[in-house]
Amino acid sequence: MSTETLTHDEHHDHGPESGLKRWLFTTNHKDIGTLYLLFSLLMFFVGGAMAMVIRAELFQPGLQFVDPAFYNQMTTMHALIMIFGAVMPAFVGLANWMLPMMVGAPDMALPRMNNWSFWILPFAFTLLLSTLFMPGGAPAGGWTMYPPLVLQLGDAFPFLIFSVHLMGASSIMGAINIIVTIMNMRAPGMSLLKMPLFPWTWLITAYLLIAVMPVLAGAVTMLLTDQFFGTSFFTASGGGDPVMFQHIFWFFGHPEVYIMILPAFGIISEVIPTFARKKLFGYEAMVYATASIAFLSFIVWAHHMFTVGMPLSGQLFFMISTMLIAVPTGVKVFNWVATMWRGAMTFETPMLFALAFLFLFTIGGFSGLMLAIVPADLQYHDSYFVVAHFHYVLVPGAIFSIMCAVYYWLPKWTGHMYNETLGKWHFWLSTIFVNVTFFPQHFLGLAGMPRRIPDYSTQFADFNWISSVGAFGFGLSQLLFVYIIFSCIRGGQKATDRVWEGSHGLEWTLPSPAPYHSFETAPEIR
Amino acid sequence: MTTGLTSAPKRTFVARLADWFRRSAGALALLCLSSVAAAEWGLNMTPGVTDVSVEVYKLHMLIFYICVAIAVVVFGAMIYSIFQHRKSKGVTPATFEGSTKVEIVWTSIPFIILIAMAIPSARALIQIEDTRAPDMTVKVTGYQWMWQYEYLDEGLNFYSNLAIDSNLARQLGSEIDPESVENYLLEVDKPLVVPVGKKVRILLTSNDVIHAWWVPALGGKKDAIPGFINEMWFKVNTPGIYRGQCAELCGKDHGFMPIVVTAMADADYQQWLDEQTGRTADLAEPADTGSAVTQTAVVDDRERSMDELMAAGEKSYITHCSACHMVNGAGMPPTFPALAGSAVATGDIAAHIDIILNGKAGTTMMAFGAQLSDFEIAAVTTYERNAWGNATGDVVQASDVRAQR
Repeated sequence: MSTETLTHDEHHDHGPESGLKRWLFTTNHKDIGTLYLLFSLLMFFVGGAMAMVIRAELFQPGLQFVDPAFYNQMTTMHALIMIFGAVMPAFVGLANWMLPMMVGAPDMALPRMNNWSFWILPFAFTLLLSTLFMPGGAPAGGWTMYPPLVLQLGDAFPFLIFSVHLMGASSIMGAINIIVTIMNMRAPGMSLLKMPLFPWTWLITAYLLIAVMPVLAGAVTMLLTDQFFGTSFFTASGGGDPVMFQHIFWFFGHPEVYIMILPAFGIISEVIPTFARKKLFGYEAMVYATASIAFLSFIVWAHHMFTVGMPLSGQLFFMISTMLIAVPTGVKVFNWVATMWRGAMTFETPMLFALAFLFLFTIGGFSGLMLAIVPADLQYHDSYFVVAHFHYVLVPGAIFSIMCAVYYWLPKWTGHMYNETLGKWHFWLSTIFVNVTFFPQHFLGLAGMPRRIPDYSTQFADFNWISSVGAFGFGLSQLLFVYIIFSCIRGGQKATDRVWEGSHGLEWTLPSPAPYHSFETAPEIR
Repeated sequence: MTTGLTSAPKRTFVARLADWFRRSAGALALLCLSSVAAAEWGLNMTPGVTDVSVEVYKLHMLIFYICVAIAVVVFGAMIYSIFQHRKSKGVTPATFEGSTKVEIVWTSIPFIILIAMAIPSARALIQIEDTRAPDMTVKVTGYQWMWQYEYLDEGLNFYSNLAIDSNLARQLGSEIDPESVENYLLEVDKPLVVPVGKKVRILLTSNDVIHAWWVPALGGKKDAIPGFINEMWFKVNTPGIYRGQCAELCGKDHGFMPIVVTAMADADYQQWLDEQTGRTADLAEPADTGSAVTQTAVVDDRERSMDELMAAGEKSYITHCSACHMVNGAGMPPTFPALAGSAVATGDIAAHIDIILNGKAGTTMMAFGAQLSDFEIAAVTTYERNAWGNATGDVVQASDVRAQR
């Protein structure tokens, strides 16, 4: 079966427009999913290039390449771009491609808004990246934008605020679309508790997004009025409180952490059963655990602020609520292990990434648990231990899950199998280098190296150069990823409809590549 | 005008690269001997020198070992499964897909472990937060980018800046090997001095943005927030020199405002205190700034030679001014203007002294009147008017500065 016959055989169906107009005006969930994913890949490399600047400067003590002001711009922009430009759009792209196919819907519920929510992003990031060329440079106060420091920014300041507004608007629209699609467009017979885990985790994530993105928008708007309209929300001399910003920011920021990891949980819950050839263990427990994590994410925010001088009772509350997150997260890990247990596993690239996720995300979970313990956190806080922790949950956590999903569904998207040998090379190089990069950072933090510094005392030199070597290796390995994706789009062994021996779920009942319009007649769920 | 200050050992990039490979080969071998490696490489938190820091260290190790134990069980099961339950071994997959009993078990066991971890943590936290009945109090104020220490009961007050040799070596492209600088980036001109065995309460605040005061050996950190006062305390058990850094991103030179605490026996501390306060004994009450007490109150109107002023001026300039205006006077426009060839540094002398004494409102240029002596300001002014091609030939004396205070 070829694409040609599929796009023309049913009803009065029409294929995509040709040329640039197809991508500008598309309302097709698959096209928009592709746009999101390619945009995210581009941003992954832009943010990655900034990480390379950071690691090059940290390669040895002393300043060799950039001045401290530019270094701060790099750390700030790296975080903003990776979070809002790479990880979040990648998950939205996966949702766009897969959710309608997984719940048996013909498209997303709100296709025009879908187009808009994507096309806002290039403008948001053009605004943000343009600040690199402005007098005074790009934002340099950290992605957390703490006042009063952030108010010292030059011309970049309003651009930062407006680009965050745009990213927020895009996320909120994407989230609304996902909720409406899942709630209204599931195939007949697919009750919520028959829905696969990936739509489930995205449904919960979408609610988190709608709850917290407006909070972030409010916080940055208050910064804007503090700077330009004479308010003093966060200025002590005007009766405001700089710590209040941190409370508001982290009320957004902590759920944001789960926005970047719950869809990953969904992906892993799809992939492990496929390659273990065994049903997901404890499906309902997984759903409830996801919901519990989402709920807890709203009442733990101040664990990012244990050093600001909170009352003892506040510190105890946030310590205990934070530790509680380990319970549902543990349930998830145990269920994945139980899914593998007595299965019949094979180890294709998606499964390898899923297993690496399981090991390395769990290490990030352990360091997270350690960080929850307030007395110990007073040492860990703002040190490289924290840098190691959140990179473990974000790189071999969120980003590995995205790579896992790409390898898993790429044959369904393109109709071709990717090059398995190269996929395995990409996996092993990434996994080895990610550990070489981030594991030594635990030691640096425990030995007392603060984060966000461009230069360090010579006692930290050895682990820093190891970490830099790892980072360069990881960065270069990702070029392989791009090559694998584009050569798979161009051609390769034809993929079957089911693709994987153990595949399960509606998306695998469609031909490969998935036709431009799918499930125009809803499938029946038994 | 660069004097002997900038000439430290220089090494080429290639030589350093070769050195890392040599050292790293040795270090990798060392890693095999974990105990040796831990000491050489700083793998772990150190127990520190206060009761609290030892308590925190023990707690850290306890949680770490609990995590290791859980990891052994979970990762063990995963690894066993990966090797045993694979299709290539010809196994048929089992069909079980859940068990409420098992879910309850692996929800409750972690819950119990967490409670067991929370109890000692809460106990330690209560101890850390107990700032009552201190023996002495020091108010610490963060500035971009230095610390100010005020001994509230003793009337002693000084600023603590990055030491000058670190400051020179850390300039972009300085080509000074950081390895050749003792305690690179962890040395200050004036450390905080405290007696051992006394409960020292620290009151923390900031003059500009948020900073954080962190000396790992003393057991933790706290934020210094403008407009607010935070409290922390420590009681050092062992005399020694303990180093730390600012731990909250505070702008360009966040990485260059170290903290050094010297803990000495009570008798030595008293002697140190007498020496310090002896100099400041006949201080007039500070005007309206409240906290500002000039460091050198003794009126010093001696005439100095140009050379003497230039040498002292360069030192002061590097310590206090170079963070923004750069060692070469080029500044970082537009935020930090250049001084080389600038209207201020080549124009009216009184206006130049005024901007150093009182700062410039609406900019990041702070007032140095409270921090520097008449002589130091005179030296810096002279230096700025004659360095980097600003050959005005002007000589500013301490008496000129005092006249403008």
